Amino acid sequence: MSQSATEAALTSRKDGQFIHFDKVTKRFGDNVVLNDLCFAMGAGERVTLIGPSGSGKTTILRMLMTLMQPDTGTIRVGEDYLHHEERGGRLVEASEAHIRKVRQRITMVFQSFNLFPNMRVLRNVTEAPVHVLGLSKEEAEERALGLLAMVGLDHKIDSYPSQLSGGQQQRVAIARALAMQPDVLLLDEVTSALDPELAAGVLDVLRDVAKTTDVTMLCVTHAMKFARDISHRVLMFCEGKIIEAAPPEQMFDSPEHERTRSFLQSVLEES
Amino acid sequence: MSPQLFAYLLEGLLTTLQLTIGAAALGLVFSFAAGIATCSPNIVVRGAGRCYIELFRGISALVLLFWFVFALPYAGWQLDPMWAGILALALNIGAYGAEVVRGGIVAVPVAQIEAAVALNFTRAQRMRLVVLPQAIARMLPPFGNLLIELLKGTSVAYIVLIPDLTFAGQIVRNATGDSASVFTALLILYAVLAVIFTTIVRLIERRVAKSLGRPPTPGFFARIKGVKSA
Repeated sequence: MSQSATEAALTSRKDGQFIHFDKVTKRFGDNVVLNDLCFAMGAGERVTLIGPSGSGKTTILRMLMTLMQPDTGTIRVGEDYLHHEERGGRLVEASEAHIRKVRQRITMVFQSFNLFPNMRVLRNVTEAPVHVLGLSKEEAEERALGLLAMVGLDHKIDSYPSQLSGGQQQRVAIARALAMQPDVLLLDEVTSALDPELAAGVLDVLRDVAKTTDVTMLCVTHAMKFARDISHRVLMFCEGKIIEAAPPEQMFDSPEHERTRSFLQSVLEES
Repeated sequence: MSPQLFAYLLEGLLTTLQLTIGAAALGLVFSFAAGIATCSPNIVVRGAGRCYIELFRGISALVLLFWFVFALPYAGWQLDPMWAGILALALNIGAYGAEVVRGGIVAVPVAQIEAAVALNFTRAQRMRLVVLPQAIARMLPPFGNLLIELLKGTSVAYIVLIPDLTFAGQIVRNATGDSASVFTALLILYAVLAVIFTTIVRLIERRVAKSLGRPPTPGFFARIKGVKSA
């Protein structure tokens, strides 16, 4: 792909730019994880980030989830800055209240599930809707039961997370995230900790989510078939930069960049 | 031993229980207040928690008790000796307990807090709904140790004439002159109380383990028999 074609693919193919990274840099010591990163996503768009470990994919998700701050640059979600707010015409570090307002639209599913071990399955899913969204217990339970049925675990509502398999835990985690009715769903290597059979169940649930909702999805994954199935765009990361961006068919069938080819080759050999 | 002297010992036992339970309850409040404070992002709050811990861990409970009973009246404040005893012991044990609380909080995996951030809980909600319930399970065994330490520590109270078990023992000893029996009885009574407290804490531990969906850790006999507890 030519330089300008990559640039065109970097901005959203859907109308509007819902998520916007502007010259974001992140360093850990001397290690530059993200280098002047610019990219945008449209509302409802599903984007997958691929690339070797340590190329900064997870860092992007963690910044969007406000688990990490950019060193320089800004991130916008809708009209709002995520880590900054405008005060007196200047951009200043955002207050906790501002962050919470913007963060309300975003949620994340983690590689290691991170269900709350002190709560049964149902409460894992209802807790945030009740305490954060202000739903009544009944409303939250109704919503939770619907979502748990969708992920095939409505018979496990009284179990503790420690009594579930990894795949089941991850499906509960997906239900828990969706119960917040987010605009943006971040998926951080959600099947990396699962064996292939359990991973398939989780990916099926996510395919369903992609098909039936218009939630904006940003995934980091090594499950290439899944990435091909659900993504509108795939971005190839290397050393903190996007080196190639294309629709999945193009990215997987005829990658332009030599580094992309060798990366995909190694992933294919592994699986 | 005459029934009257026996009743004396029993009263002493009750006073010791009152001191222990009162100081444990108040100490628990100090422990959580200071322990949570040391995890605050606010430097003033964190500093206050640290100061309390360092100060009261370093002060002898006995000297503090003397100070409450004999020095504070000069400032126009006369504390009832029993309350002074409870307060002195609670301030002391609370400083140790605060470290236990802090340790329990710090030991909760960061991933749990990140999950709570991803669900947009407020800081207070993260602490109350996610961190503390998990941290308490880790705090219980060291809290059990502190409770026994506290029980034994209550015997300093007899010095300011609080009629606890040790004080009652001294009275009985003076009345009968039978030091050997009296002190043997005291040894046994303190040990029995300690075992009762340990058992109660252990029951609470099991209950909390259950509320986290963990199987209870097998008891001593189950373990030496190699039987897996259900």
